[in-house]
Amino acid sequence: MNYTFDFSSIGSYLPVLFNGILVTIELIAVGATFGVALGIFCAWARALGPIWLKPIVAGYVELIRNTPFLIQLFFIFFGLPSIGIQLTEMQGAMLTMVINLGAYSCEIVRAGIQATTKGQFEAGWSLGMTRFETFRYVVLIPSLQRIWPALSSQIVLVMLGSAVVSQIAAEDLSFAANFIQSRNFRAFEIYFLATAIYLALAITLRQLLRGLGWWLFPRKATR
Amino acid sequence: MSLIEITEVKKRFGDNEVLKGINIDVAAAEVIAFIGKSGSGKSTLLRCINGLETIDEGSITVAGAQLLPDEIHLKALRLKVGMIFQQFNLFPHLTAGRNVMLSQMVVKKVTEKDAEAMARNMLDRVGLGHKFDAYQEELSGGQQQRVAIARALAMQPMALLCDEITSALDPELVNEVLAVVKELAKEGMTLLMVTHEMRFAREVCSRVVFMHQGRVHEIGPPEEVFANPKTPELNQFLGVTEH
Ligand SMILES: Nc1ncnc2c1ncn2[C@@H]1O[C@H](COP(=O)(O)OP(=O)(O)OP(=O)(O)O)[C@@H](O)[C@H]1O
Ligand SMILES: [Mg+2]
Repeated sequence: MNYTFDFSSIGSYLPVLFNGILVTIELIAVGATFGVALGIFCAWARALGPIWLKPIVAGYVELIRNTPFLIQLFFIFFGLPSIGIQLTEMQGAMLTMVINLGAYSCEIVRAGIQATTKGQFEAGWSLGMTRFETFRYVVLIPSLQRIWPALSSQIVLVMLGSAVVSQIAAEDLSFAANFIQSRNFRAFEIYFLATAIYLALAITLRQLLRGLGWWLFPRKATR
Repeated sequence: MSLIEITEVKKRFGDNEVLKGINIDVAAAEVIAFIGKSGSGKSTLLRCINGLETIDEGSITVAGAQLLPDEIHLKALRLKVGMIFQQFNLFPHLTAGRNVMLSQMVVKKVTEKDAEAMARNMLDRVGLGHKFDAYQEELSGGQQQRVAIARALAMQPMALLCDEITSALDPELVNEVLAVVKELAKEGMTLLMVTHEMRFAREVCSRVVFMHQGRVHEIGPPEEVFANPKTPELNQFLGVTEH
């Protein structure tokens, strides 16, 4: 154990590292926004949607939740071109994250919707709101509030899981770390640094989501 | 011309026929109390009038709006007749004022400014003008129920359905809600209420409906129904509730 740390050789690769961080942030920003939106739509469909839509959404959710993220990524990036759908590395990575988070957040949000009392729906309906309006204006916000901590954790998990998109050469933080390591051979230092950055990103993301929660839900949930 | 026409209404839950041919016509500004044993179908009838339940036979119309199962007809019906629930059902993520504003803006496309003015007006009317910005956990049960009344009134319905609206309240809070209802009755609002408050029914109602096993067993002005029950069932029911 007389390893000499040497972070100096990373210096010249800082732009690469920095670019990797930006790409990871971009991935999670797009993945979380559209993934949660897809999840909310699917949760609505499964809990309250038309009969014909339920099995379709259920099939999608089970497919995604019972297969590895890496295989989903390969299927989308390497498989889809065979049927004429060409995606860039970034598009492939983003699409996979959206589809993956969409399925997981569907189940989380659905739990929140199903905890809504019948009386909330009936109050909305009796005031003349349609089923959709009642969902949108009465049910959705308290439902999200109930499951916000679980949803936040899932978003952070997807952010951390996004490291595997380097496998299709999307130039995210893990790609940058691999790249630098292959040039300067300082594996310990660069992965130590990458770990610290992922940790910082995860903590920041959690805080951001908590802040968003405070903004979205000014009151504590009471039912 | 009756405001509410209930004609030969039958309602089944599976094999269980809960309403077995109900006929009641309600004139505008009438206040009607529904009394009867648990399970006699009082709530089900009120819920049908608001379209929260479908009916199997017969018809219900409120000011010309007929109960039909599609969303367009349901909306038309519900704009004529509002409903107050035993459990208040305020929207927990909104303030009292926003609770009263929401459906005006969503359903009637009223501007935010007009909706707010209406909300303040209605909250004043139920004595809660100062609670515009309060959330439900900052309100007592009686206050929550009064917000629910204001919320229904803001849609300017022609009639209100009240299903045991004081039953979930602590006894000392019952009167503040009944006082609001009494005021509405005085102003000419048409009210259909399921209630266990016999004294209130006697004082305020124009007619009392005694329901028994899914039928209107007796109907008449309170003096008659309470003082002079014609059937042994009503006699027994009144005996049970008054001791
Ligand atoms: N959603 C439902 N599904 C099946 N049966 C129901 C449903 N709602 C009510 N019932 C049945 O219909 C009958 C009448 O119920 P309802 O709630 O109308 O009675 P009620 O007169 O309001 O009684 P209470 O005084 O207890 O409120 C009961 O036998 C009840 O079990
Ligand atoms: Mg009842």
